[in-house]
Amino acid sequence: MTYTPHKPPIAESPDELRQRIPGWGVDLDPRDRPSVPKLQFQEDFTGAHWKFPERQPEKYPRERSVEHGMLTPVFGTAQPPSGVAGAIRRYAYHYSEGRAAHWLLLLAADRVDAWEHHLKSFLTLRPDNPITETGVKAELTHHGLRSRIGQHRTDLKHQVLDPVIVGGAWIAAAGAVYSGARSVARSLAHVGSDAHRPVH
Amino acid sequence: MRAMVYRGPYKVRMEEKDRPGIEHPNDAIVRVQLAAICGSDLHLYHGMMPDTRIGHTFGHEFIGVVDEVGSSVQNLAVGDRVMVPFNIFCGTCWYCARGLYSNCHNVNPNATAVGGIYGYSHTTGGYDGGQAEYVRVPFADVGPSRIPDWMADEDAVLLTDATATGYFGAQLGDIVEGDVVIVFGAGPVGLVAAKSAWLMGAGRVIVIDHLDYRLEKARTFAQAETYNFTEYNDIVLEMKKTTDWLGADVAIDAVGAEADGNFLQHVTSSKLKLQGGSPVALNWAIDSVRKGATISVMGAYGPLFSAVKFGDAMNKGLTIHTNQCPVKRQWPRLFEHVRNGYLKPSELVTHRVPLEDIAEGYHIFSAKLDGIIKPLVVPTAA
Repeated sequence: MTYTPHKPPIAESPDELRQRIPGWGVDLDPRDRPSVPKLQFQEDFTGAHWKFPERQPEKYPRERSVEHGMLTPVFGTAQPPSGVAGAIRRYAYHYSEGRAAHWLLLLAADRVDAWEHHLKSFLTLRPDNPITETGVKAELTHHGLRSRIGQHRTDLKHQVLDPVIVGGAWIAAAGAVYSGARSVARSLAHVGSDAHRPVH
Repeated sequence: MRAMVYRGPYKVRMEEKDRPGIEHPNDAIVRVQLAAICGSDLHLYHGMMPDTRIGHTFGHEFIGVVDEVGSSVQNLAVGDRVMVPFNIFCGTCWYCARGLYSNCHNVNPNATAVGGIYGYSHTTGGYDGGQAEYVRVPFADVGPSRIPDWMADEDAVLLTDATATGYFGAQLGDIVEGDVVIVFGAGPVGLVAAKSAWLMGAGRVIVIDHLDYRLEKARTFAQAETYNFTEYNDIVLEMKKTTDWLGADVAIDAVGAEADGNFLQHVTSSKLKLQGGSPVALNWAIDSVRKGATISVMGAYGPLFSAVKFGDAMNKGLTIHTNQCPVKRQWPRLFEHVRNGYLKPSELVTHRVPLEDIAEGYHIFSAKLDGIIKPLVVPTAA
């Protein structure tokens, strides 16, 4: 046991385990494990026929980590930075990956990006729809209640926060717009009533 | 073409997008036949991964048919059926030359701390992914492999990440004969890690989760002992009791950034994005093993800091092994295991989601409805 030299015994012997578990021990020898040791020189370069790859054309100034000595020869071109979010992202890439500012700015840009696209979507024939895009109707078709009730699920404690994350900002924005509009209307009404007051 | 696109946290939809084109002489365009949603896609879906842009197409697990090749492609031809590792890699940088394909330095300009991954934000290179009808596959001579005739499509698609990662995670544990191995997380990766621990000679394999239906799968798929941590006041203490107060020899964190079990940790990471991930499983792993033990971490975390109990790790003299899985390096041995019936990845598949129902698919997976373990995505053009 723990307080003496020998390890607590295992309930099943290797033979019993081999009987019960198909394939037990086939990779017992570390030489049969593909990632042991970690660093193994790959003589065939996995099919590559270059020492350094040809460079992909850079069609727009590609943002990159300042920890890279150069733009990598191949890169993704999906969703180039655009709008306010794009400006924040480009600024974030001035910081190294070691700085929290880099990642926090990128996360902030993600939220701004979402807002920009949501607003833009209202100018299109397919505006964002929180009902269809959250897939929440699956609650009705895929046992939303049965999957939760009576289960030992610890995630139920925080799942109630999910609608707040999805809809909270919209509700807050709607509230702000309503409250702003009401203030403006009141101010205008106040100015209007002042206009009828006699001046002394 | 039709593709899944991200519209903001918890929101996705199918959209028409331009078919990707050849951008580099060694690119291929693959027409996707089958894709999967990975547990790590949920980190993107929940808005946790920095630089996840609106319009991004997720999906790093997919198989398909080569539809077009660039001028320098020699090893593939149009019409070949291929499985594509989730890693994008060049084959010849310092890391690739040593087999660390997941750490390739030539494919991700956005970050040096992580390699290139399909459909996994700009932090991993800004490549659209495979939950679409077509996908651009860089370094076509290096990454993809033709699918063997004997291999089922569902096995092939699961070998592009979940199965390879689980198998790799067990290797990171440096398991020796008779070891007691605890696997945190009974998702597809954890289930494969548990099964793989046996292949490496473990004497006892314990799987911990809070979803009973997944623990049931751990018993049938991986022949493991199971513990639902919600049934115990302190799962770490329970692990000490069951190992005669020594602790396990190896622990595997197959949960990653959205671990449950500690409300504060989960909310500050998954909901408020103040941590790179909720290290509940990792902290339990650190505390559940014996001194001098090994911890394997292939659960995915974001790049921000996380509240890890590093003092305990240091004082216990633990060895912590980590990495994203270099998938293609696992394939020759994994193919043998699948062919011999030691690993049956397709048994993990529970749902097939048409691309037009992608929002429902993500919701079901995120909310853990309907006994979901592994959802596949079926693009209509296939």
